[in-house]
Amino acid sequence: MKEKLKGCLRQLGEGLFSNNPVLIQLLGLCPTLAVTTSVNNAVGMGLAATAVLICSNLFISLLRRFIPRQVRIAAYIVIISGFVTSVELLMKAYFPALDRALGLFIPLIVVNCIILARAEAFASKNGPLASVVDGLATGLGFMLALVLIASVREILGAGTFWGMPLFGEGFKPAIIFLLPSGAFLTLGFLIAGVQKICNIRDDRRKLEGTDPEKEELA
Amino acid sequence: MSFTDVLLLMFGAVLVENFIFSKFYGCCPFLGVSEKPATALGMGMAVTFVMTISSAATWAVYYLILEPLGLQYLKTIAFILIIAALVQLIEMFLRRFVPALYAALGIYLPLITTNCAVLGAALVNIQKGYGFGASVAYGFAAALGFTLAIVIFAGVRVRLQFADPPRAFRGFPLTLIAAGLLAMAFSGFAGIRF
Repeated sequence: MKEKLKGCLRQLGEGLFSNNPVLIQLLGLCPTLAVTTSVNNAVGMGLAATAVLICSNLFISLLRRFIPRQVRIAAYIVIISGFVTSVELLMKAYFPALDRALGLFIPLIVVNCIILARAEAFASKNGPLASVVDGLATGLGFMLALVLIASVREILGAGTFWGMPLFGEGFKPAIIFLLPSGAFLTLGFLIAGVQKICNIRDDRRKLEGTDPEKEELA
Repeated sequence: MSFTDVLLLMFGAVLVENFIFSKFYGCCPFLGVSEKPATALGMGMAVTFVMTISSAATWAVYYLILEPLGLQYLKTIAFILIIAALVQLIEMFLRRFVPALYAALGIYLPLITTNCAVLGAALVNIQKGYGFGASVAYGFAAALGFTLAIVIFAGVRVRLQFADPPRAFRGFPLTLIAAGLLAMAFSGFAGIRF
């Protein structure tokens, strides 16, 4: 039991940080760039994608012995789009404002490469429980990246956080951060920061000659 | 919709509401296959081909099958299946009858199924309620805008190979920042209104 829990925590850590779908694997960039104009939208998109990821990972893992190899991608897409449609309808019913803000990017979760990548790389080879944890970890990692980018863009571009004004009247927001070019620039600088951290870590490891596995756990 | 309306719609789709720089549809291939102008052009042509045909096919399926049966909520599932089947069909057709074009587009075709620009265009057509002609025109023009963006960007990236940025910016971050600057240039078109 304890071993299992440790494995789950490790999976979570990988999804959130060391194997973050956006900042490290560079997947799912369309929604990342598009919906991060406010933290509110980022959390909504992150939750929607996490829900779809958990459900699709669970079902694909349960069906992995029954889906023929040749048509597996088509089968995955049908399963994923089924869940995306459910999420879309639920969102329209209960969060109409969020649905309007995210627009077409809710149905476009179907073609989000993160979800298909997890289905192909993880859920089709592992049991249901591990797949659900993997879906949760990857989804939360996606949300973390979205919230990070959205915080930068909302604070600098609108001077607010979750809609609440942060600065006094005199603050002039830099609208460029809300424009499409701001999305590319913010993500570029964030990934550069991540690469800087990775570089420092790698250099230190080389100097000390430590075991990378041990450092990962620490 | 009159002919001028359709022309203005197309002009808007290519420049003002460029799929990459204002809507962010199709960013994955835009950043992934834009290392050389020649491959970028191949990808752009393949997307144009598929998007024009899929705009027509999804419009027909939505208004002739889904709407009469009251199954509008199935449109996402139906559209992605149509696009996947269409890409497969086009691939088979080209391999059999137009081998030269197949050799040029071949490797890019399977990637198009998961290109959100194609599904995005199909969904925009339904959302905005365009007629058949306008849908096809919009799909074609949006794909042209995508091609324009990816080819220009590939030209920029060729130059980037000679740059010597700080180590942390090497690779992807520099690419994104270049895309940001290009997007800034494209946002100049946003002022154009008719």
